[in-house]
Amino acid sequence: MIRRRTLLSGGAGLMLAGCDRVIQQPTVRSIVFKGEDMHRALQRALSNRDALAPEFTPAQMSPRFRTNGTRDPGTPAYAALRAGRFADWRLRVDGLVARPLSLSLADLGRFPQRAQITRHDCVEGWSAIGKWQGPRLGDVLKAAGLRDTARYIVFRCADLYGGAPYYESIDLVDAFHPQTILAWAMNDRFLDVGHGAPLRLRVERQLGYKHAKYLMQVTAVASLAGIGKGRGGYWEDNVDYDWWAGI
Amino acid sequence: MAATVIHRHRLATRVWHWINALAIFILIGSGLGISNAHPRLYWGRYGANFDHAWTQLPRFPSWLTIPASYNLAISRRWHLFFALVLGFSLLAYMIVSLLNRHFQRDLRVRRRDIGAAHLLADVRAHLALRFHDPEAPGEYNALQKLSYVAVIFFALPLVILTGLALSPGMDAAWPWLLDLFGGRQSARSLHFIAMAVIAGFTVIHLALVILAGWRNELRSMLTGRWRVPE
Repeated sequence: MIRRRTLLSGGAGLMLAGCDRVIQQPTVRSIVFKGEDMHRALQRALSNRDALAPEFTPAQMSPRFRTNGTRDPGTPAYAALRAGRFADWRLRVDGLVARPLSLSLADLGRFPQRAQITRHDCVEGWSAIGKWQGPRLGDVLKAAGLRDTARYIVFRCADLYGGAPYYESIDLVDAFHPQTILAWAMNDRFLDVGHGAPLRLRVERQLGYKHAKYLMQVTAVASLAGIGKGRGGYWEDNVDYDWWAGI
Repeated sequence: MAATVIHRHRLATRVWHWINALAIFILIGSGLGISNAHPRLYWGRYGANFDHAWTQLPRFPSWLTIPASYNLAISRRWHLFFALVLGFSLLAYMIVSLLNRHFQRDLRVRRRDIGAAHLLADVRAHLALRFHDPEAPGEYNALQKLSYVAVIFFALPLVILTGLALSPGMDAAWPWLLDLFGGRQSARSLHFIAMAVIAGFTVIHLALVILAGWRNELRSMLTGRWRVPE
């Protein structure tokens, strides 16, 4: 009996260790990593491309919305922008666009605004509900005249990870989704530094690390190759997070 | 006396059993790794560090998690791939088992199965390590049938649907998931509870396989052939 139990638990232990060994093999790794594409294809087949993330009432909001990732970029350049209350901050919109733009907060305020109370889901498992406001990314891209060759939108940020600016990217389905906004306000106030002042992305059908904070530049590209390590974001490049974070 | 050997499990049942066993094993190991990223459970729509957690889970040790050393990204890769294996193999097994009448024949709970006297007799038989009705040795006993029904029709669908409710993309596609479970953080708590039920079932299942004679039971799930106990 004892021996059998030892065998059983020993076998389970070997299987667990085996999982760590087989995932090192390129073939196994590429199959397991295909899960991301399979989930994306299934979810997009199951739902309308404009299906809305659930929205909530003010009474359903988190009493306190925690910060995560960078709490303050802390670079001299960011500190100077912050000291000037972001009056000198500009968002560059460039890449595969007909008319590159340089937008101040006041310029962003002149686009039609969307306000939404949505749930922010961290990859680690926690959720917080807050209110966000800003122009639709789709409207900004239309103003810049997105070219037909553009496939992805890349977001570059003021905060540094490993010495390089944090970056993220999404495809055009999410870029033109009605709830994808460039938020300058949170809970009816200007975005604070901990939550990404002066501007952050909200891409409501994906996990928190896609919602790039401290936005400096929005670039339309045909391919993610050649940007960072080519996998579409800081976490994707460095720790194998899924690029499509809808699950 | 020559032992009677019967054909106990159909091919579809056997294939699903092993695919499912592998998926459950990897999903629990990788799920415990994911739990270590934020080991607090909440009820309701939201829940983070400043909110009230109904339970603080222990940190699961490296010999229980996939991978052994904490790596949220790789735990998630394993988990999300095998979530598809679990879901679609259960769906296929359910369709096949309706068509080949496995469910109707072997898993239908009859009134006499759930009578108090019958259940009590079945508990006594289990305590005496008698697992098979000598009159109908190929049939599942009442407790066995009830536990299989509970896992196949309740615990597994619950763990799959609560898992889907954790996906922000699925919450946009199927908002009813959130209404069903009372919010994403409630779904996350229920996902963990359903996992614990499935893990508990697995432990009891393995113990009973050993007590009932593991060689015979294992052979029947590999080849289908099962020797009727004298």
